[in-house]
Amino acid sequence: MTILAKHSAYRTAYEGLRKQGVDPLNVRFDKVLSPTEGILNGKRTILIGTHNYLGLTFDPDCIEKAVEATRSQGTGTTGSRVANGNYDGHLRLEQALADFYGRDHAMVFSTGYQANLGVLSTLVGRGDHLMLDADSHASIYDGSRLGHAEVIRFRHNNPDDLYKRLKRLEGMPGDRLIVVEGIYSMIGDTAPLKEIAAVKRETGAYLLVDEAHSLGVLGPTGRGLAEAAGVEDDVDFIVGTFSKSLGSVGGFCVSNSPDFDVMRIVCRPYMFTASLPPGIIASTLEALVKLQAEPKRRADLIRNAHRFYNGLVAMGFETGPEANPIVAVSMPDTETAVAFWKLLMESGLYLNLALPPATPTNTPLLRTSISAAHTVQQIDTALAIFADVGRKLGFMESDRRRAGGVV
Amino acid sequence: MRSNHQLALVETAHSGADGADANASIRGEIATIFEQVLGRPVQITDKTNIVEDLDMDSLGVMNFVMAIEDFYDISIPLDRVAQIQTVADLIHAVDDLRSGAAA
Repeated sequence: MTILAKHSAYRTAYEGLRKQGVDPLNVRFDKVLSPTEGILNGKRTILIGTHNYLGLTFDPDCIEKAVEATRSQGTGTTGSRVANGNYDGHLRLEQALADFYGRDHAMVFSTGYQANLGVLSTLVGRGDHLMLDADSHASIYDGSRLGHAEVIRFRHNNPDDLYKRLKRLEGMPGDRLIVVEGIYSMIGDTAPLKEIAAVKRETGAYLLVDEAHSLGVLGPTGRGLAEAAGVEDDVDFIVGTFSKSLGSVGGFCVSNSPDFDVMRIVCRPYMFTASLPPGIIASTLEALVKLQAEPKRRADLIRNAHRFYNGLVAMGFETGPEANPIVAVSMPDTETAVAFWKLLMESGLYLNLALPPATPTNTPLLRTSISAAHTVQQIDTALAIFADVGRKLGFMESDRRRAGGVV
Repeated sequence: MRSNHQLALVETAHSGADGADANASIRGEIATIFEQVLGRPVQITDKTNIVEDLDMDSLGVMNFVMAIEDFYDISIPLDRVAQIQTVADLIHAVDDLRSGAAA
């Protein structure tokens, strides 16, 4: 017995996977060649599981800015902004984010996860209520536990259930904060934000949207779901990350709340961690410029996502409800999911194997994220590999049966 | 909210026999909801451990909690959900939150 023995059920499940000859938690790229290609187990592989939505990780200008900043300012800041001071880049990035969103304030965190920890644990406290969508990301759940607000979960993407729960709180003191995501990371569905904004207005709650997967993806200028749904004025706080469409690492929050800056002296996940290194800040700033200056990236991304999603649907695979850059294919059971994933990898296609309890409906998922940098040919190759593996596993026949011969 | 809970406790303490009856009726209602969510008959007592004895996974627990919330028109905060292990714990939480809402 060790102190970690309490986690033995997880260990057993993990060892069961490894017995099937795969280790999804230990994928090691021999080399990453581009936003869309790498060498995996010695094989040239198409990457469709990286959240590299705009394909900016190898952008020459972003790399140049990062190198330049690293040479002139060093590899790291070695401390927090509160104790060790701000670099010019931190302030410029916050201004650039505020300008991009047309908001008064922006605050940069060291990761997207920490942005949620920090913002959720600071906006609400004892006596307040935090209303979370049941399918919220782990960082939202963890942030809710770091603060002292009462946490109430509403049914995924269900504004009526949210409304009902807010009504039950009527007459109780304290603030209410509704938290939803732009694009949900497991099956790529979007929040019904117009309806949720209406609930927010009627009940006097505040609204926070996590645009981690929708920044640079949705909306006429890439600001995310709030922009796409035309309800930016109803969204009090937007949280996001630099690690997906902006190709680096870090998180942020923007808002028009007049006293927003008090967060800098009360938000512990902001105060008690090292700030982002100059190289990261510089590449992120450049990526934000590219996001705005090159709308073609977003158009290519949407084209690719639709092509891939529609291709899978046409083959009879069970996907999420919307064609967004996250496309997830449901698998009937873990064994099939693992076998499917292994064969895809052996055929030169890398994507994510997502297993319960991390998935929303207890079905294993093969999760992909499409990039603007994918060529149409890469998308078609990925579809052909899916078809091939599907046939090998007798998958598409069983799907036809399930669909009652409609497909 | 806290003062409502305290009021509820006081009321329960004053109405001993009624409280026991209320518990029995909540237990019966909970059993019915279990059966609806799980799709099979269940035998429960106050000591039944909801996760272990009824073989529920985390999604099953969430669906069950939401069905309970709908039935009683209450919301059980997540920290309360985490404290509930047995049927008796659940009855106590339902009774507590329901009285709190009415007070």
